[in-house]
Amino acid sequence: MKSLMLILTRGALAAALTACGVASVFAADLKVGLSVSLSGPNSSLGVPYAKGMQAALAYKPEINGRKVQLIVLDDGSDPTTAGRNARKLIEEDKVDVLMGTSGVPAAIAMAQVGKEAKTPMIGLTPILLDPNENPWVMTVAQPTQLMIDAVVERMKRNNVKTVGYIGFTDAWGDLVYDALMKAAPGAGIKVVSNERYARADASVTGQVLKIVALRPDAVMTGGAGTPGALPFLALQERGYKGGVYGQHGLINPDFVRVVGAAGQNALMPTGPVIVAEQLPDGYPTKKIATDFRAVFQKVNNAPTSDAFSAYSFDGWLVFADAASRAMKKAEPGTAEFRVALRDAIFSTKEVVGTHGVYTFKPGSLYGVDERARVIVKLDNGQWKLAP
Amino acid sequence: MTWDVALILITDGLANGAVYLLAGLGLVLIFSVTRVVFVPFGDIAAFAALSLAAFETGRVPATIGMVAVLAALALATEIGSLLRRGEGSRIPKAVLMWGVLPAIPCVLAWLAARPGVPVAVHIAVAVLLVVPIAPLLARVVFQPIADASVLVLLIVSLALHFLLSGLGLLFFGPEGSRTTPLTSAVFTLGGGFTVSGQVVLMVGAAIVLSGLFFLVFERTVAGKALRATAVNRVGARLVGIRPVRTALLAYGCASLLAGLIGVLIAPVTTMYYDSGFIIGLKAFVAAIIGGLVSYPMTAVGALAVGVVESFASFWSGAMKDVIVFSLLIPVLMLRSFMVTHSEEEEDEVDQ
Repeated sequence: MKSLMLILTRGALAAALTACGVASVFAADLKVGLSVSLSGPNSSLGVPYAKGMQAALAYKPEINGRKVQLIVLDDGSDPTTAGRNARKLIEEDKVDVLMGTSGVPAAIAMAQVGKEAKTPMIGLTPILLDPNENPWVMTVAQPTQLMIDAVVERMKRNNVKTVGYIGFTDAWGDLVYDALMKAAPGAGIKVVSNERYARADASVTGQVLKIVALRPDAVMTGGAGTPGALPFLALQERGYKGGVYGQHGLINPDFVRVVGAAGQNALMPTGPVIVAEQLPDGYPTKKIATDFRAVFQKVNNAPTSDAFSAYSFDGWLVFADAASRAMKKAEPGTAEFRVALRDAIFSTKEVVGTHGVYTFKPGSLYGVDERARVIVKLDNGQWKLAP
Repeated sequence: MTWDVALILITDGLANGAVYLLAGLGLVLIFSVTRVVFVPFGDIAAFAALSLAAFETGRVPATIGMVAVLAALALATEIGSLLRRGEGSRIPKAVLMWGVLPAIPCVLAWLAARPGVPVAVHIAVAVLLVVPIAPLLARVVFQPIADASVLVLLIVSLALHFLLSGLGLLFFGPEGSRTTPLTSAVFTLGGGFTVSGQVVLMVGAAIVLSGLFFLVFERTVAGKALRATAVNRVGARLVGIRPVRTALLAYGCASLLAGLIGVLIAPVTTMYYDSGFIIGLKAFVAAIIGGLVSYPMTAVGALAVGVVESFASFWSGAMKDVIVFSLLIPVLMLRSFMVTHSEEEEDEVDQ
């Protein structure tokens, strides 16, 4: 019954969010349209995204003295609905900027609508698009290569010479493998295996036996969420003693719950917000990350335990910075403002967010650098900064 | 490949094969008695596993609500059909059978969700909780269309699977769960080769349960009635066996098997709301090897599927399922060449 309650709560949350938006419709000058998955299989990501956005609204409700109105729609984890939501947000609500969503295909669907209607979109997931083909979209998420580079650097520091790879049979497994293959030769590391498994597989004993037989110094895993725990469990069962590395797809409380003791000391990259309290005082994102934690706690009455709500927060910060500059050129709610806003976002310089410091340039989806990643270690079910 | 690796793969394969064996037995049992390819079988196993996981994390599994709603639906269906036939006097018995009986595991499960209940009770209750699911589904969905063609029954069965896995997603969420191992024992054989207690438990359960099945079919009246219905439905009816009752018995047994599978594999694999389907599919390959009628051949097929799957994942992880399901092609070709065309039993029922 708890699940039912959860769904009702989510429904109420969605209704409340929309109601808030409608209530302030006449007072607002700037409009942000957010489409996220408050229901459906992606809702475990979509709900934190929406909560993070509420925290952002509370943190910065005005830009240059003008109120910002947030309109939230639920896309039910479905790309078609996400595209329809984007169209509705632009045509009916006349938003100045689109934000979303919890799934990459759905985010791409939104970005296509944004391009048609000449409305900028700040993606909250690593969207896979050619920025030259769609110059209206950018994302606050970290590119996979940036994260995997950090893992490879760490392997080099730990004197790893050979590494075995095991990952999903899908696009995520390919992305991680390709990034690893690109980074490894430069660090003098040899990738000795490319084993794959499906998300629904019950066992990876066969694949792991093959890896263990090759005796690599370390194993890199390319999974995400709870299915990503499978190689860790199988490697432990076969008594593998080398280091096991993960990537940011595994930074998830459900992964920690399922992997249990088998994940002890596993190293993986993530945005610095996950370990904000443990960062050194001089770290550029520490202050804003701490602020974010506080405001999130105040708005949602619960602490953050995920990276997703922080992406929403960063998206808002990037938007706020760009909007304050764009407002000097045009009036919000007009087509000129949307163009000015797009140009302003693409000339963002050193905006400090919780995940990293953002500098966008035309022709590039991503705006973060090395400051947007840290390596964390799983220690007794807690993420610990591994400097 | 060295002998150690081969041995580990064989053990892993046999452990998986044991699960497919139990699932295959359930599928063959239901198919031979009712001609339904019971696709939701695996979903019921997943429900058992996820309910157990819910107990372990101190939550009340939503399965309770589902069983209660199903029972209410079944009761309404039964009372409706009794009233239509003018047999209103049998309503109290129907209430007992369809209302009270399924409510017992629900109440037990609700009590077991309190803190401080031992793990053994959780396991027993998780199994008991899913036992009414298949008979209730059968009463609501399959009994009214019992004489339809095999294809119609298969389509309905597939639709039920999607319904159940959707409900599973609603109840348990998209992320998977693992339960604490039933045993942490490790047996060391010669040459440093070890077998975990969990694997021994799985293989042992498969052996014991198939033994029990054999005894039930050979020695009990209910078992003989099941066999008689499987051999010839009309003939069984002529000698006084009620096909509706044997069908419910078959569904109940299969549901119990599914529950046992669920709690047996929950500690060794991460169970998701939709994990049951792939288990059911592989058990189906085993059942096809047994021609959907032969229990011993299904057992052999299940072990073969398990071992092939295990070796395939060593040789080519990405192609594993392709290799396993390709097994169907030679088996079906061989069967169609060797087996003489048997009489079409559904015709007898329709007339």
